[in-house]
Order: sequence, then C-alpha cells, then structure tokens
Amino acid sequence: MASRRIRDRVRGLSTAGRVRKPQVNMQLRNVSYSSYYIGLAALLVLTLIISVRIGAVNISFENIFSYLFTSKEDSIERSLFLKIRLPRVILCAFVGAALSVSGALMQALFRNPIVEPGLVGTSSGAAFGAAFVFVMGKTLTGPLVDFIGPFMLPLFAFAGGLLATMIVYRLSNVFGKTNVNTLLLAGIAVNALANGGTGFFSYVARDPQARSITFWNLGTLSGADWNAVYLVGISTLVGILVALRFSKSLNALLLGETEAGYLGINTERMKVQLIILNTFIVAMATSIVGVISFLGLIVPHLLRIMKGSDNRFLIIGSALLGAVLLNLADMLSRVIVKPSEFPIGIITAFVGAPVFLFLLIRNSRKQQQGGFYA
Amino acid sequence: MLRAENLSYWIGESVLLLTVDLAFEPNKFHVIMGANGAGKTTLLRLLAGNLRPSDGEVYLFDKPLKEYTKQELAMRRAVLSQHYQIAFPIEASDVVMMGRYPYFKTAPSRNDKEICSDSLQLMQSRELAGREYNTLSGGEAQKIQMSRVLAQIWEAQKGEQKILFLDEPVSHLDLKYQHQLLETAKELCKQNVTVIAILHDINLALLYADHILFLKEGQLVYETQQPSSITAAMLKNVFDVNVTVLQMENGKRVVVF
Repeated sequence: MASRRIRDRVRGLSTAGRVRKPQVNMQLRNVSYSSYYIGLAALLVLTLIISVRIGAVNISFENIFSYLFTSKEDSIERSLFLKIRLPRVILCAFVGAALSVSGALMQALFRNPIVEPGLVGTSSGAAFGAAFVFVMGKTLTGPLVDFIGPFMLPLFAFAGGLLATMIVYRLSNVFGKTNVNTLLLAGIAVNALANGGTGFFSYVARDPQARSITFWNLGTLSGADWNAVYLVGISTLVGILVALRFSKSLNALLLGETEAGYLGINTERMKVQLIILNTFIVAMATSIVGVISFLGLIVPHLLRIMKGSDNRFLIIGSALLGAVLLNLADMLSRVIVKPSEFPIGIITAFVGAPVFLFLLIRNSRKQQQGGFYA
Repeated sequence: MLRAENLSYWIGESVLLLTVDLAFEPNKFHVIMGANGAGKTTLLRLLAGNLRPSDGEVYLFDKPLKEYTKQELAMRRAVLSQHYQIAFPIEASDVVMMGRYPYFKTAPSRNDKEICSDSLQLMQSRELAGREYNTLSGGEAQKIQMSRVLAQIWEAQKGEQKILFLDEPVSHLDLKYQHQLLETAKELCKQNVTVIAILHDINLALLYADHILFLKEGQLVYETQQPSSITAAMLKNVFDVNVTVLQMENGKRVVVF
C-alpha cells in the first residue's frame, strides 16, 4: 500500500515537468480554485470555534455547546457568551471580509497592489462622517432626521467615505492613468484632513464621547452587538455578491482602461459603480468598528502569491481569508492585556505596515527597471 | 464596410485630425502611415470607437459607430496595441481568455476554451499558455496578445465580418516575429477579416498592404490601392526624408535610405 503511494507520487513528479495542454490546464485550475475555497472555509470555521472560546473569560466547548442549543440557565457566563462574545466574533468575521474584499476591489480598480481603504481615505473619511454624527447627532433635529433615525451613523459614514475616496481618485487619475505618487500623497492629505476633523470632534466633545472616539480611531470591536452584526453582515454579503458581478470586468482592466473598453467594458461607468460599492462596504463596517488599516492590503496580496490575480478568486478568497485573519488579530487583542483589551487597529498596523513597506520598495524597483507601471 | 465621413478631432485649440474621408473595403489589408504626430493613432482610435469624433461620423455596416454598445462593438472588432503592462501576476492563458469576454457572462463555455486553444495554436504559442505573463519576452508577450485578439474575432471563420486593428503591433519585435504576426494578419484577410494597421516600416507596408493611407499633420495626403505606385517624392513629402525607391525583379518595390 505504502509503496504504491510512493510510486504514484513519483509518477506524479515525472508528469509535473511536462508541458500540459493549455485547455487541460484551464480546467485543472477551476478545480483547484474550489479546493482553495474549501480549505479557507474550513480554516474560517476552525478560527471561529477557537475565537468564541478565548477571551477575558475562557468558555469551555461544553458550555458553548449547551448555551447555543440546550441551556436556558440565567448565568453571567451565558449572557456574556450570547450577548458579547458571539456577536463580536461574527461581526469580526464580516468586518474582516468587508475590508479585505474592499482591498481587492480597490487594487484591481487602481491597478496597483499598494492600495487599500485605509490609504485612499475611504476609512478615515467614513470615520469622520461617523464622528460627526457621534458628537453632533443629538443637536440635529427635524422631520428628516427623525425619519433617518438609527441609520444616521452608517449614512454619514458612507457620505464621508465616498467624498474622501472620490477626491483621492480624481487627483491621482491623470489622463486615464493612475499616478501612484499622486495617489499616495493625495491619500496622505485626505487622511490628515479627515483625521483632523475627527480629532476636532473629539476635542469639542464631552469627555466620555471623546475617549471613545480616540479609541475608535484605532479600531475596536468592543461595540459589537447583534444590531451591528445584522448591519455589517447584510451590507458585506450584498456587497460581495455585487462585487462578484464585476470580476470579469476587473480582470479585463488588468490590460488597461482603453483595452478593457475594446473588450466591451464600459470602464467609466464601472469605475463609478465600483467606488460607490466599495465605499458602501467599507463605510458600514467602519461606522461600527472604526478604522482598521492594512488588512485590505495584506489579504489580497497573500492570495495573489497563492494563486494569481483572477479577481473572482481574489474576491471570494479575500472574504474568507480576511475573516480568518481579523479574527486571529482580535483574539490577540483580547488576550495580550487580559482582562482589558488592546485596540485591534494597532495589531493590524504592526503586521501590515512592514508588508506595505516591502511592497512599496519592490514596486519602486520594478518601476526603475522600466516594467510594471506607466 | 467601415467608412469615415468628414472626420475631425480636436482637443482645445490643437487639431489632431481634420476632415478626413475614408472607406475601407472588406477583407483587405489597410495600412495607415505617417510621421510621428500625424494623427495615425487618433484616426485608429476614432475608427475603433475609443474616441468620439469632434465632427463627422464613422459608419460600420452603414450604422453610425455611436449607435453601437461597447459590447456589440467588441464582437465586431479587436484591437492589438503596441504593448501592454500588467501590474499583477496572471497566466498567459488567462490573458488569451480575455478575448472571449464579450461572449460570455461569468464562466467561459467549452467553445470559448477551444477557441482560445486554437488561437494559441495559430500563433504557435501553446507552450506559453501556462507561463506567467510578466515573465514572457516582448515577442512572446505580443504573440499572446495576438492570440487574445484572434480569439475575439474568431467567428470570422464562420462567415461573420470582423475588423482587426493593429496599432504599431510590430515596432519593438524582431524580424521573425514581425513577419509571423503580419503574415497571420494577412492570412486572416482571406477569412472575412479586414485589417487596419498602423505601421512605421515602409517596406513592411509595401510587402503586406493592399491599400496605404498617408497622413500628414492630421490630414490625408495620399491614398493608394497600388502600393507599388509610391514614389520617392511622395515619401519625401510625407516623412521629409530623401529615399530611393528600387524596383525588384518580381515587380515589388523596396525603399532604401
């Protein structure tokens, strides 16, 4: 039995070197995409299971099982699990998916691997919009305000994110080409402006609010409840489904805008639709958890190393891997300074910023060699 | 099949193309020539529907180009440009499959895959299919791009009229690739494909063209259905270069500098 397995493996090796027919190749790849999806989904389930167990209070698997399905007891641990831990873990998965898918979309749109919602101003713009409502919300009155009611926060976050992203996109897009230097500089300026605005609100706010704004600028999942799960869950799932419809067009965009147009894609319309979609996904998440940077940068990059740049794969893969990685980061944030907690944005920044620098260096080298970017 | 009436294009004060009237006969190899800045690429982009004319109109099958959707147009014509930069890792076969994007919604059909495979075969590039695009040499990459545009207009073999635009497709290729690519294009003219190419090399144009257009300062200065009739004086006027036109034994002409 064992010897046969080895023989098969050797045979596998000897065929690996041969040139495969392209058609067979294409079919093989479809199969292996789904094996990646299954692997990532399994990883996500595993992460979620571990994640609901660990925290300021560790909850045993037995108790988790009974809280979920059988127990009706009125203990602190049970209500901690059902009202705090569980929604937090699920919210975290959705936020991770949202930010990572957004990173994948933006990178495809800007045709640049160093773009993500934190860099082009989407997150900080959304945070500014949300901070505005946070501090000034109570002073706004009128029938319209009453009508919008609980949706004020996500609505303003969306408006702020959209404004910031549009400004950066307009500035960096010269004659149909994205100028990376202008993009980064415009991103810095818009981020500074939005952060300044958020800082202003935190300054004029009364104390308890101010503290939560500061904390919230670094990202936190501590505000998780079931309402947040529904809002971010629905917006993220809808966003991903819509994004998948763009995957073919985004692939064509790899050739450049003009060429994508020759392939039948209305690039101008697509760009506007994508920026709006993307801002929607990010703003809903940001209005609840604040600014979490760099996740949207790392996740698509890892997937590209694994299996190339097909945007369909990147979108689905980013959703799954993003959910996994943000949950790992959140677990870390809950256990490092137990029983208190660490802002999750600091963890993603510590891991993400070096990756960003690495990409930036590699990018500028390629540019010097005359390849890659125009 | 494709014609332009009174075609002009300007940006602000600068006029790039002025009142050009043209007609392209089907199944011919048309070549656009002219010095840098003469308006060749502008003309090609207007004809391909990438730019909207400032004045005048382009008609494809007697219907104004602006009445076609991008999708419809993509099923009528393909464009091969001089070169491509792809920022992300992607397999060459995926680039070829992009040629079939106008024909399917989410996943390629068996037919689409067969067409990609056949067009790779036609460009003798099957062994490149599994390679990462950014590791290909300039010539190899251009063969993959040519396979892509061939896949886009593949239905020509079934009798549909298609147009192939070539925007300086061979300028940075070596001799062998230049001829391989242009010979393939020439062969396609026998199969319901109309080729409209911008070329820089007058001798390549003389070898392959059925119809040559000379642009100068945004205007059409000469047009000939008989490439062998060009003279040194014409070339002097268009390019401002003194040349000698030699007649060879087989009746073809060669331009020497």
